[in-house]
Amino acid sequence: MELTDVWFVLIAVLWTGYLVLEGFDFGVGMLLGLLPRKEDRERERRVMINSIGPVWDGNEVWLLTAGGATFAAFPEWYATLFSGFYLPLFLILIALIVRVVAFEWRGKIDSPQWRAWADRALIFGSWLPAVLWGVAFGNIVRGVELDADHQYVGGFFALLNPFALVAGAVTTLIFLTHGAVFLALKTDGAIRERAAATAARLSVVTLVVAGAWAIWLQLAYSGKGWTWVAVAVAAVALVLLVLATRARREGPAFVASAVAIVGAVVLIFGSMYPDVMPALDPANSLTVDNASSTDYTLTVMTWVAVVLTPLVLLYQGWTYWVFRKRLTAEHIPASVGLTFDPPAEPVAVGSGSGSGSDGSGPDDSAGTPGA
Amino acid sequence: MDALALARWQFGITTVYHFIFVPLTIGLAPLVAIMQTAWVRTGNERWLRLTKFFGKLLLINFAIGVATGIVQEFQFGMAWSEYSRFVGDVFGAPLAMEALAAFFVESTFLGLWIFGWDKLPKKIHLACIWAVAIATNLSAFFILAANSWMQHPVGTTYNFETGRAEMTDIGAVLTNPTVLAAFPHTITAAFLTAGTFVAGIAAWWMVRKVRQGDEATARDVYRPAVVLGLITMIVAGIGVAVSGDAQAKLMFEQQPAKMAAAEGLCESTDGASFSLLAIGDLTNDCAGVTHLIEIPGFTSFLATGDWNGHVRGVDELQDYYAQWISDWEQENGVAPTFDDDTRFYPNLAVTYWSFRLMIGFAIGSAALALASLWLLRKGSVTGKVWFGRLGIAVIATPFLASSFGWIFTEMGRQPWSVAPNPNPSGIDGVWLMTRHGVSVVAGAGTILTSLVGFTLLYGVLAVLWFKLMKRYAIEGVAAGEKDPSPDGRSGDDSDAPLSFAY
Repeated sequence: MELTDVWFVLIAVLWTGYLVLEGFDFGVGMLLGLLPRKEDRERERRVMINSIGPVWDGNEVWLLTAGGATFAAFPEWYATLFSGFYLPLFLILIALIVRVVAFEWRGKIDSPQWRAWADRALIFGSWLPAVLWGVAFGNIVRGVELDADHQYVGGFFALLNPFALVAGAVTTLIFLTHGAVFLALKTDGAIRERAAATAARLSVVTLVVAGAWAIWLQLAYSGKGWTWVAVAVAAVALVLLVLATRARREGPAFVASAVAIVGAVVLIFGSMYPDVMPALDPANSLTVDNASSTDYTLTVMTWVAVVLTPLVLLYQGWTYWVFRKRLTAEHIPASVGLTFDPPAEPVAVGSGSGSGSDGSGPDDSAGTPGA
Repeated sequence: MDALALARWQFGITTVYHFIFVPLTIGLAPLVAIMQTAWVRTGNERWLRLTKFFGKLLLINFAIGVATGIVQEFQFGMAWSEYSRFVGDVFGAPLAMEALAAFFVESTFLGLWIFGWDKLPKKIHLACIWAVAIATNLSAFFILAANSWMQHPVGTTYNFETGRAEMTDIGAVLTNPTVLAAFPHTITAAFLTAGTFVAGIAAWWMVRKVRQGDEATARDVYRPAVVLGLITMIVAGIGVAVSGDAQAKLMFEQQPAKMAAAEGLCESTDGASFSLLAIGDLTNDCAGVTHLIEIPGFTSFLATGDWNGHVRGVDELQDYYAQWISDWEQENGVAPTFDDDTRFYPNLAVTYWSFRLMIGFAIGSAALALASLWLLRKGSVTGKVWFGRLGIAVIATPFLASSFGWIFTEMGRQPWSVAPNPNPSGIDGVWLMTRHGVSVVAGAGTILTSLVGFTLLYGVLAVLWFKLMKRYAIEGVAAGEKDPSPDGRSGDDSDAPLSFAY
């Protein structure tokens, strides 16, 4: 196996890590607007946000690493893709920015308006990338208009073709389901019930839409026999997902939705190979050979990746282990946020800081669910 | 404005914006780690209270640092695709290493630190913040190695067939003398920023507590914080000066046009003076420059260590670069990349003033350090109002100095994205003008859209960041922080609320 192939696979692995891990982050974010009941919305939203609280940042780094690895291993691909898909990427970046600060700043100020803005940012910042990553990958695998210099000359609106738009629907549905399954696995109480029921309903739609899209991809753009295996794996995983969510088997359901995402990535990258960015005119396609760095650079980067990637998996895995316990509304402490107006008179330290919940549990009067 | 100008403005705005928050994170993460270490080792509750207080400020800052950093990872490809094609083989490596070796560590272990107060044994929890502190500094090393390669390419050859730079020696890239000077300078500046931040806020609080008649808290909690900030400022301040001097000498060698422009030095001179104040139209050419106040021989001393050393001026360097590059192009049959109007030195006004402002803003930290040394001598505390005000007022100065330092470094590199370096250390062919690096397919309208979008969003977020930081600083150190670690607990507490939740 050539080093260029190794790096093609490695970048596919990084995208797999990103889509599997951020997939449920996006799902949770999108469901923030849909799952919580009106009467206990704030607390249920916090349960949802905190189910991914300690891990979302690490999950997002898979994207930065995929970007950096593409720059290092396939600079031509990096340059063509990101300058060509400029505006969609700009929108994704805006979404990711507001999402990051909303996570960290939401609880800092104890006011309904402040939280409402943070929730809007989280919901918008989850929907937009969920849709747009799908549209982007749909276009990449379908092929775009590249000129002889490998520059993307198709313009913005050529990206909005039916195949790519369906791809956007596919990622959105998979992430919604993946997020619902994750919530059913990670929480307890009323929110778990609703997440499980939502997952059961969503999984059927996902099976239909994603299955149809995968077959479309295979017939129209793959041209390889073996990628049927990826289609089959994804399809079986989605069927098992439907069955597992109906049976309320949350662990297997999560594995099934993760495997479906893996299947989709293998299908997309497998169909493209040896292109990294197929052009409508095949003579202009970027391939693993004409887009790659030199052998020396790839060798250096291979050593770095071989040493560091297992370590990353190890400590990220450990993080999930540390925070393995299911969350319930009872686990959520009272808000310790401040108000923007500081206390009028000399701050007698310790008073008015809002941290009155010394072990006695949430002290707001909005009845606790399940009581 | 054309796409090139817009792309330059965008990169400048987003990078300067990112670097408002970065130095504070780089410096404050280790300081918080030190506070927590002091708590774990001594058991003194004051350090726990300080850890939590400055930890909150660190997290507010960290979030926006991450958010603005994401853009940087992709902007090379978006707006500078031709640059990315030219340098990708070399430049991509440190970027990918940064993500694999540093970003993963800091993001994962910060999550563990934030949510792990009551989940992890005390020492493991402490190790998490140290992992974050080390990773933020490691990440700075990799990105500075990438930047230093642009200032002074090493470990690379030019491939005539592909027209690209190709890496030949990763060891040389990571031990580039330029990064070995830039890294200590950037890191010590970050520690100066964080030290001033900690000392400034704690000084203001100490004065306030004394005036409220609560001298016990002032002495017990805030004074040690001022002292920690003070020590940091002194050590980092010396480090900034020493590393800055080393960097300047290197710069005279590697990028003479940058330093000549910074001195407003037009004609080559022996025993060149250091200009403290100059007037005139610095932007166009040397003709309009009048130096009003000068220190004789000091520039030569900075450059060469000799008060009478020879320093080349802008005029000589202009001819030197034009000759060198065109000779090489003719010799190797490469199409000419510039014409007679091309200028091989940067904007004189920007480099001249940013260099002086960078150095000048160090006065802020120095003033606070001196005042603290005097007022807090022999274990005393103070209620002098001006001292508290000084603490708050100088917090901004190291941020400004850092920004101007980077504006100097980066604007001083113009007109190059990858600067050619004079022989013998330079590598022929490995240079790229900024105007040849901009994306071909991203039009002015596209870049303008993102420029406006990023600037507006960043503007709103900066206002919120400032309000949050201010609000949390005004809240002060909380009383009665309890040891939340599982070490001191017994029995089942699975239904207890989380010690921290978003």
